[in-house]
Amino acid sequence: MTARTETLRPFSVPDQYQLLRWMSLLALVVLLVALCILSIAVGTREVTWQEISAALQGQLTSVGEAAVAMRIPRTLLAVIAGGALGLAGAIMQGVTRNPLADPGILGVNIGASLAVVIGLAWFGMSMAYAYVWTAILGAGVTAVFVYTIGSLGRGGATPLKLALAGAATSVALSSFTIAVVLPRNDIAGGVRSWQIGGVGGATYDAIQLVLPFLLVGLAISLLSARKLNILALGDDLAAGLGEKLVLARGTAGAGAILLCGATTAACGPIGFVGLIVPHLCRLLVGVDYRWLLPFSALSGANLLLLADVVGRIVARPSELAVGVITAFIGAPFFIWIVRRQRVREL
Amino acid sequence: MSTGQISIFDRVIQGRQRRTRVWLGILAALVVILVTGMAITLMLGQSFTPPQDVLRVLMGENVPGASFTVEHLRLPRAVLSVLVGMSFGLGGVAFQVMLRNPLASPDIIGVSSGASAAAVFAIVVLQLDGAAVSVFSVVAGLGVALLVYGLSHKNGVAGTRLILIGIGISAMIESSIAYILSRAPAWDLQEAMRWLTGSVNAAQLDQAWPVLVSLLLFGGVLLSRGRDLDTLRMGDDAAAALGVRVTLTRVMVMVCAVSMIAIATAVTGPIAFVSFLSGPIAARIVGPNGSILIPSALIGACLVLIGDYIGQFLLPSRYPVGVITGALGAPYLIYLIISVNRRGGSL
Repeated sequence: MTARTETLRPFSVPDQYQLLRWMSLLALVVLLVALCILSIAVGTREVTWQEISAALQGQLTSVGEAAVAMRIPRTLLAVIAGGALGLAGAIMQGVTRNPLADPGILGVNIGASLAVVIGLAWFGMSMAYAYVWTAILGAGVTAVFVYTIGSLGRGGATPLKLALAGAATSVALSSFTIAVVLPRNDIAGGVRSWQIGGVGGATYDAIQLVLPFLLVGLAISLLSARKLNILALGDDLAAGLGEKLVLARGTAGAGAILLCGATTAACGPIGFVGLIVPHLCRLLVGVDYRWLLPFSALSGANLLLLADVVGRIVARPSELAVGVITAFIGAPFFIWIVRRQRVREL
Repeated sequence: MSTGQISIFDRVIQGRQRRTRVWLGILAALVVILVTGMAITLMLGQSFTPPQDVLRVLMGENVPGASFTVEHLRLPRAVLSVLVGMSFGLGGVAFQVMLRNPLASPDIIGVSSGASAAAVFAIVVLQLDGAAVSVFSVVAGLGVALLVYGLSHKNGVAGTRLILIGIGISAMIESSIAYILSRAPAWDLQEAMRWLTGSVNAAQLDQAWPVLVSLLLFGGVLLSRGRDLDTLRMGDDAAAALGVRVTLTRVMVMVCAVSMIAIATAVTGPIAFVSFLSGPIAARIVGPNGSILIPSALIGACLVLIGDYIGQFLLPSRYPVGVITGALGAPYLIYLIISVNRRGGSL
């Protein structure tokens, strides 16, 4: 009798897999802590352990301690941004049922950055909150636009159509961004460093600013995990099970847009994290979004933090922006996914 | 019976002659537009130079007040615009025809940005100039083309896979351009624009020579293969049946098109979407009336020339030509995707 109810539960898995999931979750957390320590300890300037522990207690007397104090908000931002991007990528892949969905590839990050640039240049935006709102607005408009174009015609939003619509929109939007920025030398410098995508200039203020948005996004996303599971069955089956498709897609998508809009406002457009992470996590925990979403968030944080640390090590004494590193890891991964697909699916 | 046959032959011949006349007419119209465009760019900039003065400067006379403007500012720009525009237009359409897909143009699948990245690397990091930069660009362009082609080879090359892989590769290359530029000792926004979106701002007349030579050499080979290339539009099997050596044609076309584009890119950067736009515009204008290779080259030249003029003078502030062609081309790309999706076909 018990065995029978067991088989009726859709996502029941044998105990050893359940154990494996918890173990991997633990491993990811441990890895994250280790990377955080690494991120605080490693940088252009070599610091001693005494300086690190002194700086962590709030002392700011030596240069080394000041350097460490700078690295703490940076580490925090990398963790938050990476988590948000990983989560947003997993949701977008679930909502579009498309293996190539990613806030960077779909042009959503570029849309957010164009909105911020326009706000800066034309409306003299100065209130910090306005940044975040405009970025989220830009991200939302772009996401809806790209998804609409990509899903026109036969077959819905196939990977090719969606990726092309995203690539075309990205090019158009970056052209417009350049057109807005170029005549204005006063904002050009700031926009340039921001546009490569990095966490180097992190401050506690910026983190505080985006944190509420990210928390709301996180809550919406985690709550929509069940809906994403049902959407994954296909539109017909999901509708047959009583799911309101538009509502489900809308809420989950809104969560993802909040996440990547706020992240872009804080760090600039960072691509490919949202693409890589969910695929790797699927290998680890399977397709159940209730597991996939938290795993994606954790792995995203790990990936971005690792990319940031690597960027600080490989290009000493200067730094390699984290956006460049993720593009270099992400593009080959993207190609691997494309090659793995059967031609007919593309 | 026999009269009927003769009249069919006559009709075929007449039709062919009519199409040739239409084709020549289109060619003439494009040349007229191009020459008018050049005349306007030479005469009208920040100040107006009368046509007779422009002519005298072009004849080599020294005209006070006009010589510097026309000879050193406007002429190099116009000449370079036309030459790189032709290179991009012809190279782009060769790719599109060869791969039978308007999206398979060098600026979408990463060949142009690869050439640009190599040029930036050669200039910023290795501090080379002149021909060495062109060599770097050509090698990198060919490398990227081979890489994209090779990676998309899996049970035959599928057009869609090639395009997606190209998009991935160009994302990687563009971020490396941004990185190299961010490490350049003297950061210059104009310079950065040139390598990211393309610009003729720093045009000098001696830069035009390599582009002209490559246009004549590689463009000549491409045009001599024009008939084969047009036959390839019918598909590999049909082309082979009609006596085209498919692989040979493909290799020659790829080498020539990439070299042309890379040499032009080494001078002006990858002017956004000129390669992508020229072919489809030419195909739409020419229709079934003949080859689209030469019309595409002319349209490419018009796009760069006119785009640069708009960017310089017709907008509230000055923009490099790549921003203008990018802003024009991306909506067209979106339109292309929408219209193909609407018709229900696959891209």
